[in-house]
Amino acid sequence: MSDATAATSQGASEPVIEISSLNKWFGAFHVLRDINLVVERREKIVICGPSGSGKSTLIRCVNRLEDHQEGTITVDGTELTYDLKNIDTIRREVGMVFQQFNLFPHLTVLENLCVAPIWVRKTPRAQAEALAHQYLERVQIPEQADKYPGQLSGGQQQRVAIARSLCMEPNIMLFDEPTSALDPEMIKEVLDVMVDLAVSGMTMIVVTHEMGFASQVADRVIFMDHGQIVEQNTPDEFFNNPQSDRTKLFLSQILEK
Amino acid sequence: MTVQPFHRSQADLLPERAAPAATVGIVGWLRQNLFSSWANTAFSLISLYLLWLIIPTVISWAFIDANLAGDDRFACNGAGACWAWLDQRINQFLYGFYPSDQTWRVDIALVLLVPALAPLLFDGVPYARYLRWFSLAYPVIATFLLIGGFGLEGVSTHKFGGFMLNVTVGLAGIVLSLPIGIVLALGRRSRLPIIRMLSIGFIELVRGVPLITLLFVSNIILPIFLPPDVTFDALVRVIIMVSAFSSAYMAEVIRGGLQAIPRGQYEAAQALGLRYWQSMGLIILPQALKISIPGIVNTFIGLFKDTTLVIIIGLFDILGIGNAMVSNPDWLGLATEAYVFVALFFFITCFSMSRYSLHLEKRLDTEERR
Repeated sequence: MSDATAATSQGASEPVIEISSLNKWFGAFHVLRDINLVVERREKIVICGPSGSGKSTLIRCVNRLEDHQEGTITVDGTELTYDLKNIDTIRREVGMVFQQFNLFPHLTVLENLCVAPIWVRKTPRAQAEALAHQYLERVQIPEQADKYPGQLSGGQQQRVAIARSLCMEPNIMLFDEPTSALDPEMIKEVLDVMVDLAVSGMTMIVVTHEMGFASQVADRVIFMDHGQIVEQNTPDEFFNNPQSDRTKLFLSQILEK
Repeated sequence: MTVQPFHRSQADLLPERAAPAATVGIVGWLRQNLFSSWANTAFSLISLYLLWLIIPTVISWAFIDANLAGDDRFACNGAGACWAWLDQRINQFLYGFYPSDQTWRVDIALVLLVPALAPLLFDGVPYARYLRWFSLAYPVIATFLLIGGFGLEGVSTHKFGGFMLNVTVGLAGIVLSLPIGIVLALGRRSRLPIIRMLSIGFIELVRGVPLITLLFVSNIILPIFLPPDVTFDALVRVIIMVSAFSSAYMAEVIRGGLQAIPRGQYEAAQALGLRYWQSMGLIILPQALKISIPGIVNTFIGLFKDTTLVIIIGLFDILGIGNAMVSNPDWLGLATEAYVFVALFFFITCFSMSRYSLHLEKRLDTEERR
């Protein structure tokens, strides 16, 4: 409980993402069922759950990679509708890191980082490159700036992807299973960067099964199953005293390996 | 089974050795590529024998036994090729019926093509930034040079012919069909139903009809629907039809490339806030076009060879000129020479395009440059 109160006492309860009564269907399939979630500024949320539980879909709704059919999503005061202007506003403010990195293979690392600041924020090139170098430093691969993504290891690629999002100077970062496609020895270097980001006070929603990361930095852990939020709690309570049977089953399966 | 303990320290790691001599260099290459097995050796020897039969025959026909001078076919003795017509006819093969005192304009247009294309085709061309403006202006400059006006003697496009006609139609078609093809490919994948249906309609209609039919339509049927005082230049009609035809093929080639780009690329571009045209222009198309290079160049080569179909609407390209010469009583029966000559022009141009496409693929490859 202490972590959660610490986070909220800093920002004095300032909701930055508000999701209410969210429902989404893929065709006839009901993927998200009546989701209600409020994320405070600087809060770190970890979402876990079995595959197909809708956790990725939920965070993809937050920056409108998926549209929703019912309910409202409000990000920093802007409501997500079909209005393209609102979508643009929100996407500038929300960074996203994907499981498969999704770096642009035809651009160098530096160009990957600069493309959005230059074209979306209209930052002058020299300034964008300075910013890019600064963030490459921060994710600890300044020497890779002129390489192509295909020449980097998976861990390095994911760190570049994080830096690429940070170059847009977002207020909120979404992580969609950022370490699931990595070889075991590379997971730590990515998690280190994410912990550093968390400590700096970024608002983060992280879909992951890295329970070590969850207990280290999360203010709240959310467990989803069948498109619903089944349980949410502080990491301590969530891991040591899970309430629902489904959570217990999931935890026993995931901690076994 | 017992485990044999094994441990090797840094000090006794094995040193690097050179590869066996028989597997590297010319000997290694020959062994691996020509004589790797009995079947391979047999094929290699048969091929060498065939080459030994063909090459000397061709060389003695084309060069050693050839007749080079004379005013008509009776000047040739028939031992080898008869190239006597070249002297008389070469200008027709190259320039068609372009006024012979004006052909320098075609030559200048051709020379200017080099600085216009160089900055678009190659890296590291000096003054590339300024030359690109020249590339943009080139179509206007070339049109002015070829057609005349503003002080230059006017030349009707009916006089265009020979290889210069092939190059004019081919280049114009290539330059027009690539952007039109890109727009059609994007249109076919658009979420807006009207744009999608228009694109599909155009592609399927144009692709479902032979080019000859389109040229007939442009020549005979189109004027029926136009007001009597509106005349379309024949060359312009050909260029429009050839471009339309190729852009339909181009669109499908590029659509294949677009489909090969993973969805994550679109999503990453969206998540960064890039708009539709930005993400297409900066992220998706550069990758899709790179994948499509073989197909695009294939379409270009097809287009270039299709320029010989202008004969259908009464224009004489290099092949038309060749046909005309072969049926001229002075040079009757020299079909082989004429067609070999024409084929040589097409082969050189098309083969260059093919080599360039390989070069481009290598240059743009960012995957395996570790």
